Amino acid sequence: MKALVGALGAMAACAAIAQQPRSPAEEIERYRAAIGEANPAELWEARGEALWKEKRGPKKASLEHCDIGLGPGAVKGAYTVLPKYFADSDKVEDLESRLVTCMVTLQGFTREQARKDPFGGPGKKVPMDALVAYVTAQSRGMKMNVSLDHPKEKEAYELGKRIFFYRAGPHDFGCVTCHGSDNQRIRLQDLPNLTKAADAQRAYDTWPAYRVSQGEVRSMQWRLNDCFRQARFPELEFVSPASIALTTFLAHSANGGTFDGPGMKR
Amino acid sequence: MSAQHVDLDAKTVAVLKSSFKANGQATLDRLDQDEVQKLCSGHDLAQPVDKAVAERIEKSQQATIKYPQGSLLGDWKNGEKIAQSGVGKQYSDDPTAVAGGNCYACHQLTKAELAYGTIGPSLYNFGKLRGFTPETQRYAYAKVYNAEAFSACSNMPRFGYHGILTEQQIKDVVALLMDPESPVNK
Repeated sequence: MKALVGALGAMAACAAIAQQPRSPAEEIERYRAAIGEANPAELWEARGEALWKEKRGPKKASLEHCDIGLGPGAVKGAYTVLPKYFADSDKVEDLESRLVTCMVTLQGFTREQARKDPFGGPGKKVPMDALVAYVTAQSRGMKMNVSLDHPKEKEAYELGKRIFFYRAGPHDFGCVTCHGSDNQRIRLQDLPNLTKAADAQRAYDTWPAYRVSQGEVRSMQWRLNDCFRQARFPELEFVSPASIALTTFLAHSANGGTFDGPGMKR
Repeated sequence: MSAQHVDLDAKTVAVLKSSFKANGQATLDRLDQDEVQKLCSGHDLAQPVDKAVAERIEKSQQATIKYPQGSLLGDWKNGEKIAQSGVGKQYSDDPTAVAGGNCYACHQLTKAELAYGTIGPSLYNFGKLRGFTPETQRYAYAKVYNAEAFSACSNMPRFGYHGILTEQQIKDVVALLMDPESPVNK
């Protein structure tokens, strides 16, 4: 970790004396080179694997029998089929939602307990971030393959698409404001056009991600929550129906892309 | 539109309302769309907004613009601060803090600021290119006040109409664009 902190300091110093602004993508590449190709998300992945196997909750059970899409206990490749319809909950669920479901059904937590503390922060490590990092890492290198065969999957996709284009609030913003055209940026931050397959793949395939500026692994649920904050919406609730519908739209738009998360972002 | 689409549109609103919670100044009524937002939320972006609809939006929004008495030219230095600041209306913002317009998030303005976005067009040399006329000042004021009056379904927020910026702040932004001494025109 010392080397990591040193690298961060060096990067900040370089940024301060830089004459030409580098794009965030270039800065990330420099950072990655400085820490020897390692992604700090690996620390979350290791912690998540331990949590996955640990007997937790009132039922003192692990998550090893959790069905996250490819049957109970199957982790490898499971993220590539999410979100999907689950018969036991009769709902379309994304990874975070499914982890909540398993924490309730297998481990005996209340839904409220399982949903609280969805995102880590300074001095606060939460199980959810680590579990998300662990599970998603087991799909690295595999193709996204989200199905819309079930009527509820199709409906979630259609609702998610409408949410993507829904403009509201004091700034008239919607997802589409920043993510509906090619080659745009906010300040120096490149914006993917999420209505196009190639951009949707590049974006979706690299979340969750270790955020260099925050020192945290951030999940897709966090990404959506923070986008809506910046869009001046009220607060998107963790694993809410709108968040899962929007994720279904985005994940399906990224189908065919090779999953490469957890990634590393500015 | 088919009955299925109408159902899905209604369900989208219901799903949104069940999925957000109020947080500070960002209350749930922000999910309620006004007519412009509704008309500009079409889910097939391949289709540009219908010409008749665009004209209707622009006409209705023209009528909302309130021009101040006297000079429209404020202080460009304060305008630059407003252009730099993205504070305002997020639930994470202090609601008593002075809000910004965050112009640089989407527009190039001065030569000195290299960290500008590209969602909107470059506004470098705005006044110099268009002429330092009262008409252009008036246009700049109105455009910042309510961009939908000129370009239906624009990505640009309606800074005056929604009360994001005050009248004086919009005048300061107009000065940033229109004062011959502003770095925008250097």
